[in-house]
Amino acid sequence: MTLRHEPAAHLPRATSAAPGAASVPAPGATPDTLSAEALTLAYDERTVVDKLSLELPAGKVTVIVGANACGKSTLLRGLARLLKPVTGSVILNGTDIHAQSTKAVARVLGLLPQTPVAPDGISVADLVGRGRYPHQGWFRQWTPEDDDAVTAALEATDTLALADRNVDELSGGQRQRAWIAMALAQQTGILLLDEPTTFLDVTHQVEVLDLITDLNRRSGTTVVMVLHDLNLAARYADHLVAMRDGRIVAQGPPSVVVTEQTVSGVFNLECRVIEDPVSHTPMVVPIGRHHGAAPAVHHPSSPGGREPSRGYRPNPQDTVPARVEAAS
Amino acid sequence: MSALQQAPAPAGQGPAGFRSSPPAGARARRRRSTALRLATAAFAVVVLFAVDVLLGTYTVTIPDFLRILGGADIPGASFIVLENKLPRAVIGLLIGVAFGVSGAVFQTMLRNPLASPDIIGISYGASASAVAAIVLFGAAGAAVSLSALVGAMVVAAAIYLISRRGGVAGYRLILVGIGFAAVMHALVSFLITRTDLRTASEAVLWLNGSLNSSNWDRVAVLVASILVLLPAAVILSRSLQGLELGDDAAAGLGVRVEASRLGLMSTAVALAAVATAAAGPVASIAFLSGPIARRLLGNRPSLAMAGLVGAVIVLAADFVAANLIDGTSLPVGVVTGVLGAPFLLWLLATANRRGQGG
Repeated sequence: MTLRHEPAAHLPRATSAAPGAASVPAPGATPDTLSAEALTLAYDERTVVDKLSLELPAGKVTVIVGANACGKSTLLRGLARLLKPVTGSVILNGTDIHAQSTKAVARVLGLLPQTPVAPDGISVADLVGRGRYPHQGWFRQWTPEDDDAVTAALEATDTLALADRNVDELSGGQRQRAWIAMALAQQTGILLLDEPTTFLDVTHQVEVLDLITDLNRRSGTTVVMVLHDLNLAARYADHLVAMRDGRIVAQGPPSVVVTEQTVSGVFNLECRVIEDPVSHTPMVVPIGRHHGAAPAVHHPSSPGGREPSRGYRPNPQDTVPARVEAAS
Repeated sequence: MSALQQAPAPAGQGPAGFRSSPPAGARARRRRSTALRLATAAFAVVVLFAVDVLLGTYTVTIPDFLRILGGADIPGASFIVLENKLPRAVIGLLIGVAFGVSGAVFQTMLRNPLASPDIIGISYGASASAVAAIVLFGAAGAAVSLSALVGAMVVAAAIYLISRRGGVAGYRLILVGIGFAAVMHALVSFLITRTDLRTASEAVLWLNGSLNSSNWDRVAVLVASILVLLPAAVILSRSLQGLELGDDAAAGLGVRVEASRLGLMSTAVALAAVATAAAGPVASIAFLSGPIARRLLGNRPSLAMAGLVGAVIVLAADFVAANLIDGTSLPVGVVTGVLGAPFLLWLLATANRRGQGG
């Protein structure tokens, strides 16, 4: 697969900053840059991300996809300096991220973890206010500037009306917007989100992703997120990164990356790729074993050893211990 | 906002009305209401302190009290006030604050009301060590306090190290702590059954937690330690705001997670340990103060409020303990211990109703 990066011309770009835009990067200021160089990440002895290099395009939405346990969330944690690399490094604005003070990093790079926990009985405004932590210190406590940042973040995520409500009382979509507002109040040029649409129904998934796109277009925030849904990833990404077994298999614009070969290579999923009638981005239609799963493309010349496309085929991702089969 | 920083309400928010956004207004209003409630709690502490010193089996009038403080020697009264009532009330106040803040730090950080040092074995560590000193080495006074201090620290370090594997998850630390509590409890029981009656009763008296043997030496040690530890708690409590959101979110906000947690835990353990050294393991104060303070502030954690609530409980309980039965002064821990069990049941009952684990 190609490594080139095309400007995402098919995506319309808003030029004027909408009023109430949350984030700050001043026009003309150099955008913050984040990249990984030969990054190896491991939990104890188990290597999860293996000598991975990745440049994240500034001011763009990058989406990382891959099967479960391919290391995409681990990569995001590594990029967010939550994991110390075994080898290699993460470079933020030209210097090693682990060499910078964690608070200084937090003013440039925001993170929304996969399943954050709201303290009991905290209000939305309070939760969003926590995002101001890296901007405060022992001698610099809460200021009107913090109030403004919180209000702007609430406005941008359309949660101003919920400001006094308890986070526990909110619906899943509202709660996720509140958490995004907290990350926005941090006013960083780069925002990392780990599966921001988990546990949301499709309406709220689209709502959250639209919101993230708004932020990216209004204020030029560099967004890096991990997504499960390949079709939504293809629609919302400017730059798509496909991972397998801790390595990058393909990256580039979705129109280049999402092909039948890549998807079957990354997800072990036989599929057809058609054009999304709405966004004109690639759309993956999986072929299962039932419901008219005739071979998508007939290969008359394929060798006779080809697996049957109907009937039971073990999913290569499932690692069934051999003894289970022996016992049955 | 957590912790002690919210105390002074900004009097005027400048020329308001222009940029006063709704959340900012709500924040300012809440700060004023928090400050008012803290002031009320502080007033309650002052009143109870005065009640403890002036009233009871031996009543002192306010003019007499002021004259005694001024140096006048009133036969009988001077001795009782200066050598008994005053140090007793001061120690009660200080251990209340220390236990209250210590419990609230643990409970907020681990997001669990059960995570107070008297439940997770730190107080039991102090007890086991102190009882061992009394029973095995015939220690008394300062030596007992010192061994209680060391015992609390050692057990806390052991709990931390064992539960640390794979990050200190709240429930792990609590379970390991409860395990340690059981072991220490067994050790205390064993030591008491193996000794003679006189030593055993001495040990049991210490175990109840009592202000009866308060003196100015203990006050001095306690004041010195608290002067170091409370400011440390105030400074470290800032990171509690982040730690409450979970490790990853906290790290994303720029909190140095492990360092902050270690600092907070050490401070909280030290607070509980010096309080235990001064008056024995007074039951339930650390456990009760945090949740009560939370409810007084509309479900918002506050170390300042927890400290004040702790002081209120100890001072009130000590007044009851000293005057409930004529002629005997019960250990204060007997009264606070009676409060603890029903509170635990109530906490579990209400927690279940909200669908959250205790």
